[in-house]
Amino acid sequence: MELFANQVLAGIATGAIYACMALAVVMIYQAIDHLNFAQGEMAMFSTFVSWQLMQWGVPYWGAFVLTVAFSFAAGIAIERLLFKPLAKAPILTNVAGFIALYAIINSVAGLIWDFTIKQYPTPFGSSPFLGSQLISTHQAGMIGITVLLLVLLFIFFRFTRVGLAMRAAASLPESARLVGINTSWMIALGWGMAAAIGSIAGMMIAPVVFLEPNMMLGVLIYGFAAAVLGGLTSPFGAVVGGFLVGIFENLVGTYIPGVGNELKLPIALALIVTVLVVKPAGLFGRPIVKRV
Amino acid sequence: MTAMLNVKDLRAYYGQVQALHGLNFSLDEGSLTTLLGANGAGKTTTLRAICNMVRSTGAIEFEGKPIGARSTENVVRLGIAHVPQGRGTFTTMTVEENLQLGAITRTDKKNIVADIERMYDHFPVLKQRYTQQAGTLSGGEQQMLAVARALMLRPRLMLLDEPSFGLAPLIVRDLFRILGKINREEKVTILVVEQNAQLALELADQAYVIETGRIVMSGDAKDIANNEDVRKSYLGY
Amino acid sequence: MSAAEEVVTEAAAVEAVPKRAMTLGYGTSLVVLAALILTPLFVKNFIIFQMTMLLIYGLAVLALNILTGGSGQFSLGQSAFYAVGAYTSAILMEHAGMNYALTLPVAGLICFGFGFLFGQPALRLSGVYLALATFALATAMPQLLKLGYFEHWTGGVQGLVVTKPDAPFGLPMSQDMWLYYFTLAITIAIYIASVNLLRSRSGRAFMAIRDNEIAASAMGVDVALYKTLAFGVSAGITGVAGGLGAIAVQFVAPDGYTITLAISLFLGMVVGGVGWLPGSIVGSAFIIFVPNIAEGISKGLSGAVFGVLLFLVIFLVPHGARQVAIIAQQLIGKLKKN
Repeated sequence: MELFANQVLAGIATGAIYACMALAVVMIYQAIDHLNFAQGEMAMFSTFVSWQLMQWGVPYWGAFVLTVAFSFAAGIAIERLLFKPLAKAPILTNVAGFIALYAIINSVAGLIWDFTIKQYPTPFGSSPFLGSQLISTHQAGMIGITVLLLVLLFIFFRFTRVGLAMRAAASLPESARLVGINTSWMIALGWGMAAAIGSIAGMMIAPVVFLEPNMMLGVLIYGFAAAVLGGLTSPFGAVVGGFLVGIFENLVGTYIPGVGNELKLPIALALIVTVLVVKPAGLFGRPIVKRV
Repeated sequence: MTAMLNVKDLRAYYGQVQALHGLNFSLDEGSLTTLLGANGAGKTTTLRAICNMVRSTGAIEFEGKPIGARSTENVVRLGIAHVPQGRGTFTTMTVEENLQLGAITRTDKKNIVADIERMYDHFPVLKQRYTQQAGTLSGGEQQMLAVARALMLRPRLMLLDEPSFGLAPLIVRDLFRILGKINREEKVTILVVEQNAQLALELADQAYVIETGRIVMSGDAKDIANNEDVRKSYLGY
Repeated sequence: MSAAEEVVTEAAAVEAVPKRAMTLGYGTSLVVLAALILTPLFVKNFIIFQMTMLLIYGLAVLALNILTGGSGQFSLGQSAFYAVGAYTSAILMEHAGMNYALTLPVAGLICFGFGFLFGQPALRLSGVYLALATFALATAMPQLLKLGYFEHWTGGVQGLVVTKPDAPFGLPMSQDMWLYYFTLAITIAIYIASVNLLRSRSGRAFMAIRDNEIAASAMGVDVALYKTLAFGVSAGITGVAGGLGAIAVQFVAPDGYTITLAISLFLGMVVGGVGWLPGSIVGSAFIIFVPNIAEGISKGLSGAVFGVLLFLVIFLVPHGARQVAIIAQQLIGKLKKN
């Protein structure tokens, strides 16, 4: 039993990483209705930018704020330059665009900062949290930041005019234009916010997985899985999904014999697919009724 | 009276297909005008062309300003509210959020609250349901909501696309009564596209009849209602 | 859960492509065919090998096209079917000593069954959810192939070496050239069969499902059957391609069939034009040659160059090679008029 409780705790700790990423995934899905495959790479790039700033002597929180601002602007710029022209292209063409963006960012980051693993600092320290060996103060801090982000997003979408306009633009673009909302800019704003949240996720994740251009590969897959599991329409679901995926992953590794690191991912994914077969809109997603 | 909206030689296209073949019409300020026509005559396209939601050529002037090159949202920002066919309700949001969205471009925050109250006076049923998700409303209630949402813009001109569609006759009467009131009391110029010609002609001051993308008749609503051709084709007696 | 359920008239994820627009005219077909038959006579063996791979990936892209362009289902798991086909051929040839040509129908059948079965749970999923499920399949496959239980058959991480067949009846041609013509014959047969499939009753059922699932079921199309059938057919063709690929490369190993392959096939479909079967070969050319070209332009930034080239293609022709074909057709039409 103690083993079980410990593994769940450890799962929550890793789950915080996925939750953070899933939040960014849901954010962009709300704004543009696609899963952005390049999301993880954008976060990775942002994290490198913050690392570079710290190398130049900027203190942690200064670098943090600058990076979030940079990512927000970069997200908007990417949308305006690369994806606005594709707005009328088929969905699958947009997906190909995400893959292209992925390749570009990964390759450029590798050229600038090379592929060696780098240490990344944490503002929360890495001593055991409340005496537990399984969860560190950094991981606790990461969970705190994720929850804080979730609350801020909730307030933004529920109580601000821009948040309301963004929701309207995402759910019914034509009606949104008819009340005077510039839906095109709402999409850009969605990209900016997703990139900013992604950068926070990256900076929180980097101390755990170390900084290198491929650091987000596994994280993004679990982040997608978490977002889909929680329901792509619900930021809250994404966070819960993230923790669940973390717990799944740890328990599978502990209790199913013969499962090495290699098989953890497929089994976790298989479990998620099983959940989806039962609840196709995810655990907290809104069921969508299709009409002819 | 001066013309508020002036449309000259309006042609609209869906891909290669031309839907409007050079429409000319104008709306007087403060008037309630109806645009009549059969299915596929181009009524909806006319409204959509005014808001630049279809590819079109020709000159559209609103209060003396050309608006043909403006994007949909910028046309709306001039004070032209459009109640689309199918109502365009934000089904996942509450009734109140739908109303707030109607006023999303306005900067006078204080008046918005008062305006929402005013809408509840016009449409008491919305007040009962203001925290409900708009998708749970009945068709008639959603139509009321769509009109209320459009009014939240404090529009100078309101375009309505078949507001009676799919509604029970009693509800249609009610809705049209409110439209008349809004037109008289709040001085909102209204252009309503309808298939329910009888009701529309009772309500309107002016009327246009459109057939296969061309205006074939125009004039005082009463005269149009008494016209023999119109009676045979649209009123059925 | 919210009280209101969101009701949407969902825009089809895949555009409706009319049936006739899915193929080439006779004249163009003949020109392409002649080029495919004659070119190998004038080029080196390595280029012939690359042309063989072009056909093989072309088949795999075609298979995805039938699934996505035909029935509107999206898959990121094609690499798994490809792997199963490749391993089936390799194991049958090396362990059972079966003739290479005979292993292909077996690979196709096994993959058809696999795809059909996989299509059952996938029935309840669509869009991104289906993408995730198929993605899970693709990531799991290389790991499964490495498992110790199967090592005796699969060769584990090492994989299996496959013997390249000689030309039969003492024909005076190189192994590469023979394999090319062998692959070409199979490709043409599958292409013609696919065109006919999409023109048949089943093809109409696929497209009805793609365009509007609810309307299709209201018209009496057995949606579940045809959706799983589309998965089965697509997997079967991919399996044949996989088997051919194993023979051509003379080697199978788990890491040859990762998610990267599935993503490449997806890109091939988009570049070729979703739902346009002849585009499959264009898409295949893109995924084979463009990474090499990118590498040639800049070694350190090859990924970025590839990404930029991909962006250029989708900016210029968002609908892929199909759009080029349509434009060309219109130009020719105009020239004929003048």
